[in-house]
Amino acid sequence: MKLSELKPGQTAIIKDFSDDDLSLRFLEMGCVPGEEILLERIAPLGDPIAIRVSGYSLCLRFSEAESILISTTENK
Amino acid sequence: MAAGTEKTLKIALAGNPNSGKSTLFNILTGLNQKIGNFPGVTVDKKSGFAKIKNIAVEFIDFPGSYSLNALSEDEKVLPDVLHDKNNSVHPYVVLYVADATNIRRSLFLCTQIMDTGIPVILVLNMIDLLEKSDEAIDVAKLAEELGIKIFAVTARDAKGIEELKLALIEPLELPKKKILSEETNEPDKAKKQRTETIQRYKAIGEILKKTVAKKESGVGSSVTKKIDDILTHRIYGFLIFFAVLFLVFQSIFSWSAYPMELIEQLFSAGEEFLLNHLPAGMLTKLLVNGILAGISGVVVFIPQIALLFAFIGILEDTGYMARVSFITDRLLRKFGLNGRSVIPLISGVACAVPAIMATRTIPNWKERIITIMVTPLMSCSARLPVYTLLISLVVPSEKVFGFLNLQGVILMALYMIGFIAAILTALLMKFIIKARERSFFIMELPVYRAPRWSSVGLGIIEKVKVFVFEAGKVIVAISIVLWVLSSHAPGDRFQKIEEQFRSPEFSQHHTPEELDKLIATEKLEQSYAGIMGHFMEPAIRPLGFDWKIGIALVTSFAAREVFVGTMATIYSVGDENNTMSIREKMQAEINPETGEKRYSTAVAFSLMIFYAFAMQCMSTIAIVYSETKSWKWPLLQFAYMSFLAYFSALMVYQLMK
Repeated sequence: MKLSELKPGQTAIIKDFSDDDLSLRFLEMGCVPGEEILLERIAPLGDPIAIRVSGYSLCLRFSEAESILISTTENK
Repeated sequence: MAAGTEKTLKIALAGNPNSGKSTLFNILTGLNQKIGNFPGVTVDKKSGFAKIKNIAVEFIDFPGSYSLNALSEDEKVLPDVLHDKNNSVHPYVVLYVADATNIRRSLFLCTQIMDTGIPVILVLNMIDLLEKSDEAIDVAKLAEELGIKIFAVTARDAKGIEELKLALIEPLELPKKKILSEETNEPDKAKKQRTETIQRYKAIGEILKKTVAKKESGVGSSVTKKIDDILTHRIYGFLIFFAVLFLVFQSIFSWSAYPMELIEQLFSAGEEFLLNHLPAGMLTKLLVNGILAGISGVVVFIPQIALLFAFIGILEDTGYMARVSFITDRLLRKFGLNGRSVIPLISGVACAVPAIMATRTIPNWKERIITIMVTPLMSCSARLPVYTLLISLVVPSEKVFGFLNLQGVILMALYMIGFIAAILTALLMKFIIKARERSFFIMELPVYRAPRWSSVGLGIIEKVKVFVFEAGKVIVAISIVLWVLSSHAPGDRFQKIEEQFRSPEFSQHHTPEELDKLIATEKLEQSYAGIMGHFMEPAIRPLGFDWKIGIALVTSFAAREVFVGTMATIYSVGDENNTMSIREKMQAEINPETGEKRYSTAVAFSLMIFYAFAMQCMSTIAIVYSETKSWKWPLLQFAYMSFLAYFSALMVYQLMK
């Protein structure tokens, strides 16, 4: 599953990346495999999105979110 | 000082964006700052000087970044300097500023720097926020684990700064161990960087497990979340954003008018004083009409720059600017712009100079260049006097649809044309300009904080300094050239004019004031600018312009509103503020070829369109040069805008005549 498929309020675990260039930037920003992320919000025009990772908010474009592969965790 | 510079301790400040690095830099150095370039690159370098117990220290503020695996030119500076021992800014120690509430990500770059073998002192900033959060850091234990000195401070109220300062001049130990001890044996560089990043985070995770504990009492980031619910709301978010834009626009459009008027009055009083008290002659004229007028043209921008950067400082510092990008990115991306392009574009309606300076906040190089290139198309306030004069000349003041004033409608249309041209040009440039780096939007949304007034204040001072000392030089130089062009003539032309007009046949029929005006008109027509006007006439005739307008095109390169003043001189109207009589004179002007009015509707509209698009502003050229650090962009901008202006005016005139 891709991060772009997640809904606001849902959490997931980062698994892998499908874009090599982007992945280094994500890794450096703390999005390492195994890390839990929460989809905080989607911008009013539908793009970009904001996720919570490693204790802070990170925003990224929808197209960039498509390159992050995740597995969902239990939702509350 | 030169002898002492060798002993100056060089201390680098590094850290993530939003770590409070700049605030700490300001506290450590106060107003004793200097702006320059990093050696060999066009990245701004801020240095600050201080004395700690009689030891001279130079702090160097490096651009905020997240990693040494650099992507952009700004981010590359830090690794380049750290790896080059002979670099003139190679530091003795790196003062690494970390946001204590973001310790995990902060330690990534910190440990990367440590592993290069340079001594590092870690500053845990925003310790007050950490205390309120749901985490607690065992600072002593963390220092032991990392093998470096750590200072917990709150930069915004200068807590813990004195101890930090003293520690900087103590003998330093080199890092004892590497955090990432083993090199990855991976030939592919990108793959190696990825593997090492994962391993480094793993190592940091291990360290943090021993040193960071969860607290029960913390509030976390719920306040920020609540504010975001409103500020990024699909209705309120945009409403608030428009309100902010309106406030910013109002401030530079109308509030700055008072100090600007005061500056102009002070300068003209000073100019008059000098003219009356210095011996009359060429040098006095050069000093007063060339140099002083040029300096006045620089100083007059300061209120607008100060006000705009007061707002931008607050918007950046509170964290709101990142949200502006967040809510507008989708729309602006299509045009090759960035969410942060909105502030420059809107500010451009007041004045392009501070607006272009405001593009600094756009992190992506291509998006920033596009914003710089199109901002001067926005209808700035200097165009307003030109528009009002020309509209009053040819557009009747009558109502359309029963309530709209036709003159107002035309003015509004001119503003719209500027905006549409800016957007379309941006779109075009999106496909033409090559990107230096891939456009990312992977960006932190910082937590909301109250603005730090001292940083906002220092930010204003810095911007004003950059403008005055970098763009100012160019503005004064061009204004001297323009003064020479419009007040000098080849040979003894001026002398002949004086003789002719002072002869009894003239002085009998005219009052001395009238004579002065007639002489001024004649001199302008005979000056180098006048010669240029005549020379240009064949080229501008298809636009409906004559050589008199040609003169105004030359002189108003200084600033668009000079057009009105030049028209006043050309038509012998003494007081340039008297639009009424300039209008009458222009209205009465007959085109000798056709026998009809010189300023027909077609000519006036052609002129308005010309001024809507033409880069008739030396200050904008100067600021684009100083912001891009190259003559390529201002010249390109001048070329494309002149081209656009010429052909649009040509079309308007040929269709309307």
